Amino acid sequence: MAILSKEDAQSILKKLLSFSKADECQVSVNASQGGNIRYARNAVSTAGEVSNASIAVSASFGKRTGTATINEFDEESLRKVVARAEELARLAPENPEYMPLLGPQQYAESIAHSAGTAAMTPESRAEMVARSLGAAKSAGLEAAGYLENNHGCSALMNSKGLFAYSTDSGVDFSVTVRNREGTGSGYTSQQYNDVSKLDTLALSKTAAFKATRSSGAKAIEPGKYTVILEPLAAADMLGGILRSFDARSADEGRSFLSKKGGGTRLGEQLFGDQVTIWSDPLHPEVPGDTWNGEGLPLTKTSWVEKGVIKNLAYSRFWASQKNVNPLPGSRNMIMLGGTGSTEDLIRGTEKGILVTRFWYIRMVDQQTLLQTGLTRDGTFYIENGQIKFPIKNFRFNESPIIMLNNIDAMGASVRSGSAFLPPVRIRDFTFTSLSDAV
Amino acid sequence: MKRRDFVQMAGWGLGGVFLPNIPIYGKEIPEAALLDNPFDVALKKQLADVALNAARSKGATYTDVRIGRYLNQFVSTREKKVQGIVNTESYGVGIRVIAKGCWGFAATNQMTKDGVAECAGRAVAVALANASIQGDPVQLAPQKGYGEVSWKTPVEINAFTVPVKEKVDLLMQVNDTALQLGASFINSLIFAVNEQKYFASSDGSYIDQDIHRIYPTFNVTRVDRATNKFETRSAFSAPMGMGYEYLRPRPEDKIPGIVTLYKQRYDILEDVKSAVANATAKHQAKSVEPGKYDVVLDPTHLWLTIHESVGHPTELDRVLGYEANYAGTSFLTLDKWKSGKFNFGNPLVNIVADKMQPGSLGAVGYDDEGVKCGKWDLIKDGILVNYQVIRDQAHILGLPASQGCCYSQGWDDVQFQRMPNVSLLPGKQSLSVDQMIAGVEKGIYILGNGSYSIDQQRYNFQFGGQTFYEISNGKITGMLKDVAYQSNTQEFWNSCHSICDERDYRLGGSFNDGKGQPAQSSAVSHGSATTRFNNVNVINTARKI
Repeated sequence: MAILSKEDAQSILKKLLSFSKADECQVSVNASQGGNIRYARNAVSTAGEVSNASIAVSASFGKRTGTATINEFDEESLRKVVARAEELARLAPENPEYMPLLGPQQYAESIAHSAGTAAMTPESRAEMVARSLGAAKSAGLEAAGYLENNHGCSALMNSKGLFAYSTDSGVDFSVTVRNREGTGSGYTSQQYNDVSKLDTLALSKTAAFKATRSSGAKAIEPGKYTVILEPLAAADMLGGILRSFDARSADEGRSFLSKKGGGTRLGEQLFGDQVTIWSDPLHPEVPGDTWNGEGLPLTKTSWVEKGVIKNLAYSRFWASQKNVNPLPGSRNMIMLGGTGSTEDLIRGTEKGILVTRFWYIRMVDQQTLLQTGLTRDGTFYIENGQIKFPIKNFRFNESPIIMLNNIDAMGASVRSGSAFLPPVRIRDFTFTSLSDAV
Repeated sequence: MKRRDFVQMAGWGLGGVFLPNIPIYGKEIPEAALLDNPFDVALKKQLADVALNAARSKGATYTDVRIGRYLNQFVSTREKKVQGIVNTESYGVGIRVIAKGCWGFAATNQMTKDGVAECAGRAVAVALANASIQGDPVQLAPQKGYGEVSWKTPVEINAFTVPVKEKVDLLMQVNDTALQLGASFINSLIFAVNEQKYFASSDGSYIDQDIHRIYPTFNVTRVDRATNKFETRSAFSAPMGMGYEYLRPRPEDKIPGIVTLYKQRYDILEDVKSAVANATAKHQAKSVEPGKYDVVLDPTHLWLTIHESVGHPTELDRVLGYEANYAGTSFLTLDKWKSGKFNFGNPLVNIVADKMQPGSLGAVGYDDEGVKCGKWDLIKDGILVNYQVIRDQAHILGLPASQGCCYSQGWDDVQFQRMPNVSLLPGKQSLSVDQMIAGVEKGIYILGNGSYSIDQQRYNFQFGGQTFYEISNGKITGMLKDVAYQSNTQEFWNSCHSICDERDYRLGGSFNDGKGQPAQSSAVSHGSATTRFNNVNVINTARKI
């Protein structure tokens, strides 16, 4: 089904609410269309197109809630889905953490949709992939990559008069280029809302350059090193830190933000002075939704200022327990950077290691956020401001909390995934073993 | 990025930080509707024939059609509260074609004859659009049509027929037990899956399958606010290709030891007691001294090491480079296989792929491209002898047919090569766990899976666990914490010292193994008996922040 206009979505949702006999009822509609191409060994491997749409209804009697959805839109189906939700609500146990629905809210207009992305076709995807393949083939290298585009709409309405509507779009591209001997590998990836920003040729040339430069890597001893993390590597390690900013976990004593003896570490300085992090759905480089699934507005929020924890996310229930305003968790992450590029950071480094990307990062200890993982697709030794030679990949064991206390230089922030953050230079990063993988 | 018809556990307030963040594809529906079967086989065949004919008329030289109804039921709790009772259903069709020698795929939830025909046309259009950037034309291994056949997971109790109340009551009893014994927090859940899959192809197969899986699990947390530390222990259950009977304990399925462990039936109320005791004891446990140890790995732990270091590197698509942009490639290159001499492990190590193992997550009658499933050796007496293969890869190994390793997580994703059950065969000599431990001078006994990470060619790995016991001079002397081991795959499997016999053989598994772009999830089991590896590098993972 086609993407719904605001008026069409409103009309469907109003009709759904008119069928409800529950004490409270929330209804939503989502529709999406998208396509993808996957390629490897310098040729397309799989490709596809998917479209889907669905309606969700949550009905509540007192503190009992039931949810049902359907993906048909005729009147009989609309009546059926409301009746099913109400039937489930009557069967459900009471939820002691039930929160009454929100009344009408004010939302900023989302800027996350691009008409150009929505207009992509199998042919335009094939052309973009052909440019990527051309970059690899002309350099005598082998490419494997993935291109995906999606666009869609979401709308939410409830029996207390709340209504929200937004559209968004996204395009996601990544490519790995390897030499034929299997001794060098390079990677780039980028996500945008607007496909006109995506240059698959330029990105593929960067990956090809890294593949060539990373060939013939030497082994150096694991240990503590100064590292320069390209934005992708910085996002791999730091981009998820806001997921740990949950007030309830901190209050419950199972977070690095828990305070000894009870309470949270809100207001304490836990990171270096240079660290300032916020989220903002209207940031032009990483735009997103301006409301969440409950209809709470998402707005610009400061999480860390000069190393001090400024906010924790409070669900509506936990906020009611703690007598504070609810604060939804972040959907993107923006970190204040400096000026200059990764190359400028390299020029200012006496001895260090350039990491272009990390891989298979997993939490080792939730208490300290210790992570393990490996470098991948191009790791280099730096001496006297220059890249000297490629080095073999390392396994690391390091915590982002320690990293955010050891930053000694940053470049200008750029988009990487849903984060907007700088390349960083970090002291005393812990590599624990060598890997033979290329 | 991706707007799909799915429910994310975290979105239901289910404590995503403490439990696996499982995406549940589909729409929520009431319980009773899960037992309906609105579309009989005859109707599915009609729709499939519409797709096959439409694709052929548009120029497809091969077509397969998967009509799927994917059901999930998910009951989750924390402490004294039911957090979510979610029933989901996803229904639609995925059509895959070859046109001009190139693959194309399209999927739709418009389940009318017109909707399905239009979808078949789009699949052909995608293939034709990509013909300009294709390499060699797709070469499919021959596959005879089976006609109209069916297969079902042999469940004793269909989990979807067990009332929600019974599941809620069991989980609340688990939580009450934990809280009474001193747990600070507990999350628990039962996850049931039913894949009703209908496959039809232009080879002449019409295959109707009814697949069931179940996963009960919990995570106990014990907090000490005075030290500001918390310790956890998750369940020693396994996700299984079974019905609700897995949750009906039987004495003959229990393995006594330092904690009781389970085979084909699981006693969740007993295990939660051990879990609270373990989480409590961890607060006082000794932080491990880093160094070389002989490690004794229980099947609740070893399944994940097998999965990562044997299962993934023997996937032929990884070996060939089709996963290079995501999960990576493999160190088990074709030259090593062709040599017939590559010592993956020492001669004790025998590892099989098996798509039919009863109770396993991967057991099906036919794969998602209509190939009848079987069993074969991957590592024989330590030597690499085979891979995991689907139809468009069989010719590369000179195989006459596919090994039946094709799978898609739903109707709206294209099927591709996924891991069959990959298991370590038990030792041939009689050996119990106690006897194994008695022979270890300086070692660590590891149970349960913890953190896991491995490089993109599957050489260097690091694994944690749930509980760790120090072994000194043949005896368990106490609990350890902050333990992880690092090794190299070939070195590790060559350091295999001994494997307990079949009395200790059990399945573990992954309910949500990720692979591919767009990423897809699959479920796969790994069997083993307790196994000893000598002289493994152990690190200490404690940090001061």
